[in-house]
Amino acid sequence: MQQTIKATEIREFPLFEGQQTYERITDQITSIPTDRHPMAWTIMFGLGLIGAFALLMALVYLVAVGTGIWGINQPVAWGFAIINFVWWIGIGHAGTLISAILLLLRQAWRMSINRFAEAMTIFAVMCAGIFPLFHTGRPWVAYWLFPIPNWLAMWPQFRSPLEWDVWAVSTYFTVSLLFWYMGLIPDLAKMRDRAKSQLARTLNGVFSLGWRNSAIHWMRWEQAYLLLAGLSTPLVLSVHSIVSLDFAISIVPGWHVTIFPPYFVAGAIFSGFAMVLTLVIPFRILYPKLKDYITMNHIDWMAKVMLATGWIVFYGYLCEMFFGWYSGNQFEQFLVVNRFFGPYWPAYWALIFCNGIVPQLLWSPKIRQNLLVLFIISIIVNIGMWFERFVIVVMSLHRDFLPSAWGMYAPTLSDWWLYLGTIGFFIMMMFVFARFIPMLAVAELKELWYKLYHGHNGHGGSHTPVAQPTAPAPQGGGQ
Amino acid sequence: MAHVETAPKLYGLMAEFETPEQLLEAARRTRDAGYRKFDCYTPFPIHGLTAAMGVKEAKVPWTVFTMGLLGAIGAFSLQVWTSLVDYPLNVAGRDLLSWPYFIPITFEGMVLAAAFGAFFGTHIYNRMLTYYHPVFNVPQFARASTDRFFVCIESKDPKFNRDEAYRFLQSLNPISIAEVPE
Repeated sequence: MQQTIKATEIREFPLFEGQQTYERITDQITSIPTDRHPMAWTIMFGLGLIGAFALLMALVYLVAVGTGIWGINQPVAWGFAIINFVWWIGIGHAGTLISAILLLLRQAWRMSINRFAEAMTIFAVMCAGIFPLFHTGRPWVAYWLFPIPNWLAMWPQFRSPLEWDVWAVSTYFTVSLLFWYMGLIPDLAKMRDRAKSQLARTLNGVFSLGWRNSAIHWMRWEQAYLLLAGLSTPLVLSVHSIVSLDFAISIVPGWHVTIFPPYFVAGAIFSGFAMVLTLVIPFRILYPKLKDYITMNHIDWMAKVMLATGWIVFYGYLCEMFFGWYSGNQFEQFLVVNRFFGPYWPAYWALIFCNGIVPQLLWSPKIRQNLLVLFIISIIVNIGMWFERFVIVVMSLHRDFLPSAWGMYAPTLSDWWLYLGTIGFFIMMMFVFARFIPMLAVAELKELWYKLYHGHNGHGGSHTPVAQPTAPAPQGGGQ
Repeated sequence: MAHVETAPKLYGLMAEFETPEQLLEAARRTRDAGYRKFDCYTPFPIHGLTAAMGVKEAKVPWTVFTMGLLGAIGAFSLQVWTSLVDYPLNVAGRDLLSWPYFIPITFEGMVLAAAFGAFFGTHIYNRMLTYYHPVFNVPQFARASTDRFFVCIESKDPKFNRDEAYRFLQSLNPISIAEVPE
């Protein structure tokens, strides 16, 4: 984690605003959970709670009646469940990219958004997990997916990408949670040391596991943190690659494509960064203290990552067209034509518009500095990435080989209900997170600030005067 | 029986510093003075501090490596054993030992076990998962998580002598020195 940052770079792109000291960084961020919360917090939490309750009701109804309440049938048996699963998993990927890959690439700007983005990952993966679990139709025997010896003397089919998915997603969730919690422990200890109420001190004390800021502990913490980043990096690439193999290992036209793994990963990062922006922009307004740490430079860089990954995704769309034509296979060729002009043509052109055309606005530095426009673009990209999964899942299945087996798919009210319910649950969890946990990684920000302005590489900026040590205190301060 | 008041046992002596540079210097000099059982406390990781303290270890990386290896071997052998021995299932005449298909789960098993190794290894070596520790008895210590830097010479150091250690810490020019009761 030793960033080598040039002094000129710091002056040009400040990572902090305002006059900072260690104390100010700590206070600004750790005081957010103990401050009075803005009215908007209550409103948004309330909306999220309603959504989460709707989700619960949708699941109760689903378990009581069965998956027949959804719009799925032959030939489109995957429908919303898989569209939403892939959408949510993709959103989660930006969190891991920011926390792990940018750490390995020594991108100092990740420090102010990693905690936030990792929380987003965890909640998004929770939402994602709901869909395949209930799509099985009998979620109470979901343990069959795990290699648990049971009275059926039956094992999971380890050669199936669907089984790989179970392993990939559950490993991804566990490792993301461990990584997030690992980074959180020193900050929870800080919350414990600052706590005014006994309850807060006890809870933060228990969850910080007795962290005492020891140098030897920091050394092991850094080793473990770096290793977890190293493990998460191939993990995150494997997760969406395996998700894409759910499709690519089949022979369905439009799915049987070798470009799927990298194309899915790029799409995941694209949609994930869009979601980070969708969340960060309003949170900065709600909690103005964050503005000193999530600066306009951070937002600018996130927009640039979105633009770059957007192009990779768009390249994927072009490849799909090329493959369709170059395969010489009439089913693949028909698929491309069906996407352009078939019954679901609005979904395809919405996808091209949202993911291919709208992000081009981000070339303009003015737009990257305009929070309102950026917020709208990020929402459009989120919608576009949802359409991408719709195009992949529904358009390939609804007309595959024999016209006699063709059919149409339309989501029902229950589909929408469940989907909007997960969005509500996600919003609720993000606001609960903001209420109880320091939203930015305080220790990492202080370390960064020390390196930038006091370390060997950096100088200038906001120097705090170093006080001369006073005379030693009378002996026996702890008696 | 009457309750007998006893002075608490001494865990160590703790000195407080203002900046990381002062702490680095203090750690180096404590090490040079011959103390071995001492620790520093800082609000964020400081590069070069453990080197100055003379601490060097790689227990966590080795634990992660071992766990990762065991996870990979475990996941792979689970798949081989179930598909070859416990429940051989002929799927369209394909090989029972279709090992390329076992790679994704082998990889996931490796990552999962290694991550558990990193998380639990760190906390076990750190003697964490505890609520109480003597250093929390020092009132100034609350600032160790904000903006103060501490060095604590522990009484279990063979060279430890309360008065000598106090004089030594005084020579480091700290803001304050405190006794840490057990």
